[in-house]
Amino acid sequence: MVETGHFALVLAFALALVQSTLPLIGARKGDERMMAVGAPAAMMGFALIALSFGALTMAYLQSDFSVANVWENSHSLKPTLFKLTGTWGNHEGSMLLWVLILTFFGALVAVFGANLPASLRANVLAVQGWIGAAFMLFILVTSNPFARLIPAPFEGRDLNPVLQDIGLAVHPPMLYLGYVGFSVCFSFAVAALIDGRVDAAWARWVRPWTLAAWMFLTGGIAMGSYWAYYELGWGGFWFWDPVENASFMPWLAGTALLHSALVMEKRSALKIWTILLAILTFSLSLLGTFLVRSGVLTSVHAFATDPGRGIFILAILTVFIGGSLALFAFRAPSLSAGGLFHPISREGALVLNNLFLTTATATVLVGTLYPLLVEAVAGDKISVGAPFFNLTFGLLMVPLLLAVPFGPMLAWKRGDLFAAAQRLAAAFGGALLAVLIVFLFVDGASVFAALGSGVAFWLILGALTDIAARSGVPKVKLAVALGRLSGLPRSAFGTALAHLGLGLTVLGIVGVVSLQTEKIVTMRPGETLDISGYTLRFEGIHPYKGPNYTEDRATFVLATDKGEALGDIVSAKRFYPVRQMPTTEAGIRTLGLSQLYVSLGDGTQDGGIVVRVWWKPLVTLIWIGGLVMMAAGAISLTDRRLRIGAPAKRPQTPPVEPRPSLL
Amino acid sequence: MTRKQKRLTVIGGALGFLGLATALVFYALGQKTSYFYMPADLQQATVAPGERIRLGGLVEKGTIIRGQGTEITFSVTDHEKSVKVAYTGILPDLFREEQGVITEGVFQPDGVFIADSVLAKHDETYMPKEVADSLKAKGVWQESR
Repeated sequence: MVETGHFALVLAFALALVQSTLPLIGARKGDERMMAVGAPAAMMGFALIALSFGALTMAYLQSDFSVANVWENSHSLKPTLFKLTGTWGNHEGSMLLWVLILTFFGALVAVFGANLPASLRANVLAVQGWIGAAFMLFILVTSNPFARLIPAPFEGRDLNPVLQDIGLAVHPPMLYLGYVGFSVCFSFAVAALIDGRVDAAWARWVRPWTLAAWMFLTGGIAMGSYWAYYELGWGGFWFWDPVENASFMPWLAGTALLHSALVMEKRSALKIWTILLAILTFSLSLLGTFLVRSGVLTSVHAFATDPGRGIFILAILTVFIGGSLALFAFRAPSLSAGGLFHPISREGALVLNNLFLTTATATVLVGTLYPLLVEAVAGDKISVGAPFFNLTFGLLMVPLLLAVPFGPMLAWKRGDLFAAAQRLAAAFGGALLAVLIVFLFVDGASVFAALGSGVAFWLILGALTDIAARSGVPKVKLAVALGRLSGLPRSAFGTALAHLGLGLTVLGIVGVVSLQTEKIVTMRPGETLDISGYTLRFEGIHPYKGPNYTEDRATFVLATDKGEALGDIVSAKRFYPVRQMPTTEAGIRTLGLSQLYVSLGDGTQDGGIVVRVWWKPLVTLIWIGGLVMMAAGAISLTDRRLRIGAPAKRPQTPPVEPRPSLL
Repeated sequence: MTRKQKRLTVIGGALGFLGLATALVFYALGQKTSYFYMPADLQQATVAPGERIRLGGLVEKGTIIRGQGTEITFSVTDHEKSVKVAYTGILPDLFREEQGVITEGVFQPDGVFIADSVLAKHDETYMPKEVADSLKAKGVWQESR
């Protein structure tokens, strides 16, 4: 079975080479039979990689330690779920998952792209084939997951305990669906450049792919953030770690792409820019893969460091980014410029959005790469951390967040800023009220907390105003408004919901950054601790034995300061004997939108234990906001107009006699 | 305004914004980054008390002293020099004697390093990269661990 998987991978590589050449030549020559090779090749490629991935998964489920990869990262006592997810909890398996998702998207293009112009479809599939071939070769040459061990060991070395969590089942697949999903946008951009033809229809084909990739990337990042928050025991939701930045940069660029593709679709402007953004977004995904997988950085994500792999990915990176940008430079001047618009208009607002988002991406890029650059050039080791990003990225985001509610209020081509401001007056009033309430009535609220909540409410109320204005509220009757609402395109709700989700995330961040309280104390059994209106009583520590670990569980009894009992919080220190590795299992209790977070430290000589307790107000909103943005993406995706191949809605008016066409 | 003037205003505005953003990034790179040192580096480098740096090395054997409550002191060494570090809080799970750590904080005038964060490795094969590189350069590192 394992050899079958290996063989399938080799076959898929060979097939990817076919997929990357024949359709391309066919498109050049106008040979339909050669172009038609693309779609079945893409589907077959996916089937082969799925077989290969399935073989590796089976080896993990059966704990086949004759496979080196399984031996290094699994253990027979590991719970079944973690045997399954352990398939991609290592470098080789993770790269195989990457390729699986890449070929999955390739197959989707083949299935749903039936109504694309034949040459465009052929070129897109060919570019997907190049990417697939490059990464399959990478796996086969440097990171073979199917290598055997002779003689086979009896027991495996277990998976890194930090990864033995449900988060591993969700975070990497989702993140990759986003990361790799942008490859489709990239392929479309490169295919359009090869064709030398870009039009509004191109943007309409690209937008659902962008939307889907963006949606998954949003979910993947949010999930990763929550996982790090509860698993590492430090209570932070974002560390500005280079690895996090690696996923955040494609998200920022992808968000910009989502907005610029809108302009291109609706107004056929910003064509060249949109193509460039599509290339840059996937380039940042590739850069992220390089940063995480090459071992340039150290983190939980860098499973193993091997300079050969780094150089190989760097070569892939150079060829794809360099090649596509060269093609862009060569072709872009020949693309026709699009429609004109007034600076104050929907287009203008979206350009502003793009300006801010790409600048923000650039600052994150500089902060992430600067330490590598300084070390290479000067030999000094420096660290660029949260203070840098909070200052630059934070400051850049403020004007963008303030501008968000205006965007959807402005008309295409030429907007009326004054009218938009009038409509937003109520939202502005609400935001101002939030500032005052937080400033006056919330204990310990700083100016930042007050203004930050104001910005968050401005976004939330602005999004609601957008929907209200579209339905005609408050000028028309309720029934009319509801009728208009049901007639609105789904993407209008998607826009409003996404902006609302952004507001929720901002509110969560502001709440936790400015109002969290933290206590570090030594506690002995029976002692109590007061924090933010709650009382924790330490009951004691009891040993517990899990399937492949032992743990010391500390039980705390939670009550409000008025004495109302709220049950127990259990926080633990786990020890995984195979890897000789301790982990912290934080005790977390959600109270409303806020959380109480209890993390254990070391025991002291007098029989106590160091306990770190945080009160994290509104913290759950950070991830709820992310889920809302995901839902917004899903709603937009179901928009009829975006469904590829869906027939256009017939107008309700009686059909007009067809005009004699001059063409 | 003519169309050309309008366009120039818009482009000028965008360039002005980009200029401001660039200036901000340079300012932040100058002010908000911290240098990494090993204890022996501190002989040549002058680090003023209060300047934020990262100090890395191995936790020296027999120097971990748990004080009152959550206070803790230990020495960070590169087998050449060692520096006394004071920290209040919970140490990472994998903080042990003779293991690599990176501490971040400031020197007090009396030469004690007050750390506000301590990072240790995530698993048994992970040594903070900066520490590993520096130890290799000094020949202290044994590859076969």
